[in-house]
Amino acid sequence: MPENQNNNPEAGLPISSHRAGKVSKYKIEHYVAPLEETPLQAVDSVKAAGKPLSMWAEAWRSLRKQPLFIISGILILAVIVVAAFPHLFTSIDPTGKEACQLENSNEPGRAGHFMGFNLQGCDIYARVIFGTRASLMVGVMTTIVVIILGGAIGALAGFYGGWIDTVLARLGDIFFALPMILGAIIVMQLPAFRDNKSVWTVIVTLSIFGWPQLARITRGAVIEARNADFVKASRSLGLSKFKSLVRHVIPNSLAPIIVVATVNLGVYIVAEATLSFLGVGLPPDIMSWGNDIASAQTQLRTNPMMLMWPALFLSVTVLSFIMLGDAVRDALDPKARKGA
Amino acid sequence: MLSFTLKRIAQLIPVFIGATLLVYFLVFATPGDPIAALSGGKPMSDATREALTAQYNLDKPFWVQYGLYLKNLLTFDLGMSFSGQEVSDLLGRAFPVTARLAVLALLIEGIFGILFGVIAGMRKGKLFDSTVLIASLIVIAVPTFVLGFVLQFVIGVKLQWVKPTVSGAATWGELILPALVLGLVSLAYVIRLTRTSVIENKTADYVRTATAKGLSRQRVITVHILRNSLIPVVTFLGADLGSLMGGAIVTEGIFNVPGVGNLLYRAILKGETPTVVAVVGVLVIVFVLANLIVDMLYALLDPRIRYA
Amino acid sequence: MRYSHASKALALSGALALTLSACGGGSSDKPADNNAEGGNASYVVTANTTEPQNGLLPANTNEVGGGRVMDLIFTGLVSYAADGTTQNELAESIETKDSKNYTIKLKKGQTFSDGSPVTSASFVDAWNFGAAAKNAQLNSYFFESIKGFDEVNAAKSTKDKMSGLKIVDDTTFTVELSNPESDFPLRLGYTAFMPLPEAAFKDPKAFGQKPIGNGPYKLTEWNHDVNLKLDVNDKYQGPRAAKNGGIDFKVYQSTESAYNDVMSDTLDVLDQIPPNQLASYQTDLGDRWVNSPYAGNATITIPGYLDHFKQGEEGNLRRAAISRAIDRQLIIDKVYQGGKVKAEDFTAPVLEGYNKDIPGSDVLDFNADEAKKLWAQADEISKWASDAEFTVGYNVDGAGNKEYVEAVVNQLKNNLGINAVAQPFSSFKELRNKVTSHKMTGGFRTGWQADYPSLYNFLGPLFGTGAGSNDGLYSSKEFDAKLSEGLAATDPTEGAKIFNQAQEILFKDLPAIPLWYQAVQGGWSNNVSNVHFGWNGVPLYNEITGK
Repeated sequence: MPENQNNNPEAGLPISSHRAGKVSKYKIEHYVAPLEETPLQAVDSVKAAGKPLSMWAEAWRSLRKQPLFIISGILILAVIVVAAFPHLFTSIDPTGKEACQLENSNEPGRAGHFMGFNLQGCDIYARVIFGTRASLMVGVMTTIVVIILGGAIGALAGFYGGWIDTVLARLGDIFFALPMILGAIIVMQLPAFRDNKSVWTVIVTLSIFGWPQLARITRGAVIEARNADFVKASRSLGLSKFKSLVRHVIPNSLAPIIVVATVNLGVYIVAEATLSFLGVGLPPDIMSWGNDIASAQTQLRTNPMMLMWPALFLSVTVLSFIMLGDAVRDALDPKARKGA
Repeated sequence: MLSFTLKRIAQLIPVFIGATLLVYFLVFATPGDPIAALSGGKPMSDATREALTAQYNLDKPFWVQYGLYLKNLLTFDLGMSFSGQEVSDLLGRAFPVTARLAVLALLIEGIFGILFGVIAGMRKGKLFDSTVLIASLIVIAVPTFVLGFVLQFVIGVKLQWVKPTVSGAATWGELILPALVLGLVSLAYVIRLTRTSVIENKTADYVRTATAKGLSRQRVITVHILRNSLIPVVTFLGADLGSLMGGAIVTEGIFNVPGVGNLLYRAILKGETPTVVAVVGVLVIVFVLANLIVDMLYALLDPRIRYA
Repeated sequence: MRYSHASKALALSGALALTLSACGGGSSDKPADNNAEGGNASYVVTANTTEPQNGLLPANTNEVGGGRVMDLIFTGLVSYAADGTTQNELAESIETKDSKNYTIKLKKGQTFSDGSPVTSASFVDAWNFGAAAKNAQLNSYFFESIKGFDEVNAAKSTKDKMSGLKIVDDTTFTVELSNPESDFPLRLGYTAFMPLPEAAFKDPKAFGQKPIGNGPYKLTEWNHDVNLKLDVNDKYQGPRAAKNGGIDFKVYQSTESAYNDVMSDTLDVLDQIPPNQLASYQTDLGDRWVNSPYAGNATITIPGYLDHFKQGEEGNLRRAAISRAIDRQLIIDKVYQGGKVKAEDFTAPVLEGYNKDIPGSDVLDFNADEAKKLWAQADEISKWASDAEFTVGYNVDGAGNKEYVEAVVNQLKNNLGINAVAQPFSSFKELRNKVTSHKMTGGFRTGWQADYPSLYNFLGPLFGTGAGSNDGLYSSKEFDAKLSEGLAATDPTEGAKIFNQAQEILFKDLPAIPLWYQAVQGGWSNNVSNVHFGWNGVPLYNEITGK
């Protein structure tokens, strides 16, 4: 919320006091006391020179100093590296012709295979490493698509209200009526999807049934924010409706969106597990954490490690995104920043 | 307010038609001959197959099938399942059970979610906050079928506090454990939403004003911070009601709850269109009504929001 | 496994004397003595089931959920004892001289639970009803051997009387078959052949919800998706008299939850241990479990319409190579914790005439070197591309399918060096649809559970040219001839010998690759005793007593 930040001594940042956009046509004369009568105090001093920083740049400045952001950033980077170059982390190719030996079924860890083996006698570590790519893709890409689609639809519906709201919200209801997993079962059985199974079909399917949830959240947050004083102020300053939505309403609605989106990331990765478990997810030669978590179900009492390892990797990934989300949210909220 | 409500209820009709049409088409377009599945892999004579196909109108083109469905709907005839039962009977049995389950889950989410969320938010970065975060992570990363299984085994079999499964009557008491399992993932959302909202609002001007006025901490939290933090939470809970009702396949399976989730799942696998469409039809009504209530709650929580 | 060749109660005069072999159900590796007599005879036993898929009409019940209830509330001319031998129920005698014309005499004074008499018409009308296409009954194919079936089961036919069925008097009727079939009397214990009271035909749909039967129990309550309550039918006079006060079948959506109910004594009898408890059920349940084989098997079918797998030299070599590359015992030990028995033929060991040493059956023994050799020989005929995928399809809605198919696929990868992949289908519906339209692009899992205890039931319907469940489109004149020869034999021992000769042909062509015989793992609560499982893996509910 840029306009509230003008007097922020801690940040020590230059101020953008003048809003871009249309200026009121009518000039009203104001009485302004001469400077001598009200001398500038230290607290009021601002550096008027230099280009004003955008809200995002400001957020970035505060963000990069936060330990939460640094830790989560390193973790996410690590996960991305594993996803991109899995063979750097293990010499075993879990898709190889002799990767799984049933003789090793449910064997505990030993030298070279510290996580042990799953029911089929495959090395759990190699599978977890090679499963990172598909899981991360499904989680991150679905989250992004859902944020863009659901966020845009929800924001428009909530901000404009009226018939736009009616049409968009009811459209969401139609898609939302079919629970995500069940809807996905049907869609993934359609010939176009079934015959081209890949990470992308899973992403598309989860997005189709996932966007209404985020649209609903965004709509609620936008309805709340559009009535805030600073939005009215920006409108009375002559900012167009759309611009005030983009500049003021959305940035102030981001908190719940970030929260839901970061939790969604984990939920989508697990949803892929359920889909694979039901035979409509990824093709079986693509490894994923979800797939392995689903297979672990039958071995829960015999070999709980089959569940623990992929679940641990999944948890750490979700944790790092949740931490990142928290850091970004804090950075965007000047009040929280001040308090910190 | 009344005209707003009536308008929203009138919108049910296009939404209902849209949803049933979409679902009818999706089930129609999925490959697989439901009649072949009825035979269970055993042989079936062509004559029998033809007779059955005609009996369920499966030999007719899509628009005729859907038209017939709508026509029957006007006389409150929801069609027949392959097992020869009225779909309305199936729904009549499954919905009350699932409604109880969903309401309980929603209560658990709402009460514990908001409680933990507020505490975590007020004590950001402290031990309680971190503990709740770790617990939420476990709930997110471990799928329901594992969590449910473990809870059932520990509480139902080892400790014997409750029966492991729900009886046919599916009473409120029996449904508490399944509702807990069902609500766990959503609980994680509610906690984090409340926490974030509280963190955002606790530094707001009106909170400082309230504190400055000398109001007790408790009153500041419950009346000022909480009320202003609830909009995202209420939105989420409203949207979640439908998922809880239709998406409880796994939980219902573990605790043997004769509810809607499994009815829908089995009907999808069998390709039993009348059942799928009827369930989705009712779900869409639940959604629209839940959203209506949520929108009304917005106005209650934030007096600046008004509906014409 | 022990085999009794004693013909028990089935009274047959004339040239035909039927015998059935038996494998003791419930006695294989039981630690404790479960045969104690006595117990509480008024105890109502709770047992697991699945919701019957259709109304309870004999000719429309083709799955286990409805089947187990039907077999208790109805009784036919004969029934099957625990060891698979047939015993007379309503039949006084079943006579034939040529295996084609049968004269059936009923015991006198038998009634349905509502008091109406069981007569010849109860059978003839029920069978005609089941066969007629206009009634669209799922089991109609069971009547296909009866003369006149083709007319009543033709598309859009309005006829509903088979010419092969004739009522002689109230307790006698005759059956004429289209061709001689020596195992016809064995089938008569199957659900499809149960009698129906007159009331059934007025409104079959309503009757299916509230059936009136003549079995050891009667259905008193059916709360859909919740339970089916069975009371003792005191009008029943046959050999399967109830030793308990009734049975309450609870509908379960998953065996996992049923298992936990048995552990906490909420459920008395469970007929299937869930896959995730296979490693622990024997310790969990103490002496309250059973692991015994029943008349069913699991196979993999590689259809003859696939390139490289056509019936002929190359296809046969490849199928043999795949069969030899599968270490069945290892999969049984690791995936099933010993809960299956390695297959030695195409049928099941519980059946009369079963032979585990049929010439050619060594193709079912694991031998990785031999497998590679066979595959290489096939490559000489036509090369298998090194990057070509070989898929094995399975449906994920059946518990445990994924685990064993993946194990098989990994062994094919390891032992043949080919790119084998498991191919999941979301539902049985989807898999069967592709299979029956002959559009599979690889192998797929198949299996058979006997409808009635007979070798022929595992061969004719599966591998006969044009047969209803011939998924691989297998066709062999030689094999068909052997089948007819076996059916026409008047001595069942002779018939079994011929059927086993027919299997020798199958071992060369491998229209399906047998993996293992099914075994049932069941458990029960502390409240009941005398739990035994039958030849078909279904508990003998009437013998269970309370403690």
